[in-house]
Amino acid sequence: MLTIFYIFAVLSVLGALGILFLRNPIHCALSLVGTFFCLGAIYVMLNAEFVAVIQVLVYAGAIMVLFLFVLMLLSSKDSERYVNKWPVGKILAGLLSLGIFIQIASLFTANELQLGSKGVYPLEVVEEVGSITLIGRLLFTDYILSFEIIAILLLVAVIGAVVIAKRRFQ
Amino acid sequence: MIPIEHILLLSALLFIIGVLGVMLRRNVIVIFMSIELMLNAVNLSFVTFARSLDSMTGVVFIFFIIVVAAAEAVVGLSIILSIFRTRKTLNIDEFNILKW
Repeated sequence: MLTIFYIFAVLSVLGALGILFLRNPIHCALSLVGTFFCLGAIYVMLNAEFVAVIQVLVYAGAIMVLFLFVLMLLSSKDSERYVNKWPVGKILAGLLSLGIFIQIASLFTANELQLGSKGVYPLEVVEEVGSITLIGRLLFTDYILSFEIIAILLLVAVIGAVVIAKRRFQ
Repeated sequence: MIPIEHILLLSALLFIIGVLGVMLRRNVIVIFMSIELMLNAVNLSFVTFARSLDSMTGVVFIFFIIVVAAAEAVVGLSIILSIFRTRKTLNIDEFNILKW
């Protein structure tokens, strides 16, 4: 179990590093798809099957296909040459992100991770009832208002995308 | 059982790679992909905390985060599309019309 987790963790970090170092944006998008698949596998190991399925369907399927479509639509010839030509900027970016990483990592690996009280869904309950059933129950009882609002948000996003991307005829 | 510190460190690492991508890359679509990577890193820590705290709320929130990410990708990519029509480039350093 632990070995499989480490394999997927290393693969997902490698895929993420592809975004940093690959020159061609299409290669970046494909390596990001790999990262999303590895994260989906880690979600399965964490008993969150619903999230894993959504991850592969929505992220690796829908969103990345959208990115690839836009990349192929906007084929700009010189996209490989967009590099930051300011070396001080690279060093500053590295230092800043190293600082953020140390900050987050020291928070996460603190001796007593300040966790709240335990919830009411231990692993046995989740495996008995099924995680999708539990999520559906919560979505349609406790979070029904957020669920309705998110539907309106999707509608607004679709209309907004059509209006923004539409060609204007004079 | 996977120790939760390791998963949280993985999520911090992915988040930092996303931050570096936003700061170092100049292609606006690649920057957008880095933002998606950061959202995914946060999702991973949500699942980890939900599992280790025996709660389902984190998983429900991931549902909302993914919906918001999809909406953001759609609107952001259409904005990039319409900027590309006028500027004919994807280099973020040339989108400087709002700078003074």
